[in-house]
Amino acid sequence: MKNYLKYIGISACAMFLSCEPEFDNQVQENDIYVSGDADFTNFVSVGNSLTAGYADNALYVQGQESSFPNIMATKFELVGGGEFKQPMMADNLGGLLLGGQQISENRLVLSVTSGSPAPAILAGTPQTEITNKLSGSFNNMGVPGAKSFHLAAPGYGNPAGITSGQANPYFARFASSESATVIEDAASQNPTFFSLWIGNNDILSFATSGGIGVDQAGNLDPSTYGSNDITDPNVFASVYNDLLNALNANASGGVVFNIPDVTNIPFFTTVPNNALALDAAQAQGLTGFFQAFAGIATQTLIQQGVPAAQAQALAAQYAITFNEGPNRFLISVEPSQQNPFGFRQMTDEELLLLTIDRGALQNSGYGSVALTPEVMQVLGILQQGGTPTPQQAMLVLDAVNPIEDEDALDDDEIMMVQTAKESFNATIEGLAQANGLAFVDVDELMKEVSTTGIVYESGVMTSAFVTGGAFSLDGVHLTPRGYAFIASEAIQSINETYGSTVPTVNIGNFGTVTFSDDVQ
Amino acid sequence: MRKILLLAVLLLSASSIYAGGYRVATQGQRALAMGHAGVALVNSAETAFFNPSGIVMLEDRLNVSVGVSAVMSNVKWQNETTGEYSETDSPAGTPFYAYITYKINEWLSAGLSVYTPYGSEVKWEKDWSGSHLVNNIDLAAIYIQPLLSIRLSEHVSIGGGPIYATGNVEFNRNINQTITDINGNRSNVNIEDSGVTNWGWSASMTVAPTDNFRIAMNYRSEIILEAENGEATFSNIPNSGLVPAENGVKNFNASLPMPAELSIGAAWQATEKWLFALDYNRTYWEAYDNLDIDFVDPSVADSKNPRNYKNSSSYRFGMEYKASSAIDLRAGYYYDQTPVREGYFAPETPRNDSQGFTAGLSYKINENLAIDASFLYVRFKEVNASYDHYMVDGKEVPFKGTYKSNAFIPGIGVSYKL
Repeated sequence: MKNYLKYIGISACAMFLSCEPEFDNQVQENDIYVSGDADFTNFVSVGNSLTAGYADNALYVQGQESSFPNIMATKFELVGGGEFKQPMMADNLGGLLLGGQQISENRLVLSVTSGSPAPAILAGTPQTEITNKLSGSFNNMGVPGAKSFHLAAPGYGNPAGITSGQANPYFARFASSESATVIEDAASQNPTFFSLWIGNNDILSFATSGGIGVDQAGNLDPSTYGSNDITDPNVFASVYNDLLNALNANASGGVVFNIPDVTNIPFFTTVPNNALALDAAQAQGLTGFFQAFAGIATQTLIQQGVPAAQAQALAAQYAITFNEGPNRFLISVEPSQQNPFGFRQMTDEELLLLTIDRGALQNSGYGSVALTPEVMQVLGILQQGGTPTPQQAMLVLDAVNPIEDEDALDDDEIMMVQTAKESFNATIEGLAQANGLAFVDVDELMKEVSTTGIVYESGVMTSAFVTGGAFSLDGVHLTPRGYAFIASEAIQSINETYGSTVPTVNIGNFGTVTFSDDVQ
Repeated sequence: MRKILLLAVLLLSASSIYAGGYRVATQGQRALAMGHAGVALVNSAETAFFNPSGIVMLEDRLNVSVGVSAVMSNVKWQNETTGEYSETDSPAGTPFYAYITYKINEWLSAGLSVYTPYGSEVKWEKDWSGSHLVNNIDLAAIYIQPLLSIRLSEHVSIGGGPIYATGNVEFNRNINQTITDINGNRSNVNIEDSGVTNWGWSASMTVAPTDNFRIAMNYRSEIILEAENGEATFSNIPNSGLVPAENGVKNFNASLPMPAELSIGAAWQATEKWLFALDYNRTYWEAYDNLDIDFVDPSVADSKNPRNYKNSSSYRFGMEYKASSAIDLRAGYYYDQTPVREGYFAPETPRNDSQGFTAGLSYKINENLAIDASFLYVRFKEVNASYDHYMVDGKEVPFKGTYKSNAFIPGIGVSYKL
């Protein structure tokens, strides 16, 4: 009866009128938006983890679906854009297997299993086997971990080179051949429109390693670079120009992104450098300790043959005063004539990494002094005007526990990072202008995220770790909402550059960090 | 008869829109073909619904009308700023009616009505942009009403009776705009209750100053259907101590008003062949203030959804032409105001002002039996609307867009008299 009536109804409406309600201008039927001078038919995105949709320290399906180029492609569909193919991971765990062996961790989730909300590694056995080659070409050519020159490096997708670090496991999954380069595989798709966001890792891997690498400014041979080094600006400029030329050869246009300031990201802003909280007695005790330290240091230097006056002057830098309340930590530096004991207090601008052992900072005197009973005993001797034995003096000197180089970014390192960023960004913006490309000033946008925040309909997105909404749990990569924001800004820039009217993105519809207590 | 009614209830799941809010105005194929202007019509057992006081004025001793409609509604939504769009794929609703009247003597008639005045069936694409407000809703109420009609004089009669209402509701939506389980499946809640019952009444009066002219009014009371201990099923909730919900079933209480309705109408038999009818209809939608879902478990946050409906009017007009001794042709039109205020346009009942165009006919098989068919096309203007009262962290987050809807409602029934 129900069906019978339905057929009567359908034939009736077919006779009289259109059954479907229709808008005057339909979004779905491309009635509204124009592509302007751009042709979005075949959109190809080239870049690193930020293009791939990497988040929470892994690449996984949900993140890929929220990659900024994928979000853009859903809008391009309304102005003639075609399918946007991505080299999808096998699961939402995100770990990688090489020959059955897991070579990268699963994604981070926010868990309360430790008692308070904290990132933890999601439990489960990942299914993404690198040697399972994906067939076909992919519009999303974002390769997590890639630096600028990697995109033009033959063999970067050769599975045989993964263990030695010569090749990239993510690119190995979908490289067209063992000798293929990322840029060749991208250009051979004849993109009608492209995005290029590269250069972050040329600086970032130095920064996230705590600056243990080398600033390679002046070294024009990237094959000699270590993985944590900063790329020479001329190498970057030359590679970037080649990449753009390859992508732009037959394209109607493209959009390029500059490099954000790494010192704004939660990876460096979450652990404050002055988290050494002391009460009055503790402050007095520590100050006393370092007065003692300075005294012992003077004696030690004199014994090493340093003239007394000079020894006293040098040792004075270790008589650090601590106050009630927050105090900056101590940081380790290369021992030198000026700083023979190789540590100092952190400056206001210096940064601690998200990965630092925060338990050690709070509980074992990491970043200050490990005040063992033996050390206290020596301090007592000194207080009573006694003279400690050389062994006892050594105990005091060794009790200082400064933060290691790999856990912090010091002033010099920050300077190197900033200089490289300024230089890279000048290259990117200059080439964007020269080629008439749309340009997204991510550096400026991320400054805004980290200061005022980005206001959207249902809230404010900031760079605060976990709660801010922009950054995923690794503190470096963005959340789906963060990527949606990038996509929206890119679309606005494209619309301004090419006279198109591609609709923008409601970032409130995109999630942030994922909760789960199914953790390792 | 009881068995037939029961069968009808079992076979047909009543539902769907038409007339603002979740009122479904399809309570008689003859009147429906005339713009659903039926208060002052006295021509079949349909009178039992439109105007119980009129049944004593029916010529025949026994009158029966049964019928069913198929409601095929389509709603499209789009947001030009973001390029998002979606459309409903709602199953055909099948509101039905069954009326019987019996003339005990010249001044007293009795009757029984079963009808489905309220219902709604809207099914959006799962996880569409407004899925934090609704994925789908299926609401149906069946009214069962015994009647008495008394002729007070040659020109005046009164009538009415108690109403027993029973309703079902299913409502599905996502927990919020973003939360998913670990695999990206949107966290969801489905609330369901059936066999929710309550009582109401209706009363009416007919004045027929001449044989050819009649005026009548009917008032049907509000009935509030209160779901108690209904089942709310949570799914795709992440396994996390940070989420104040978990997969599984929780009980809820909620109430939904079936608002009162007042109808005043006139019917004029202009010539032997031509009959005209005019109705004014007021629905007291102010009763629909909030859609609140109170979870019995205090650890689950209640869902507060302001609706703030306003009373609304419909204006109905219809005519009938006796084409031959066997065929009556009918046509009609109505204008139906929405009860939805600006800023309260929620996509579970996406109804703005509408116009209904109706047509139909009756074919007399013999002196006693006729087949009644009707067709209703409801046209809604394209409208830019928003629901502004969805709360995120204490902040109202509007859901905006352009809506365009229509509905096709064919119906068929039979009338029997003896």
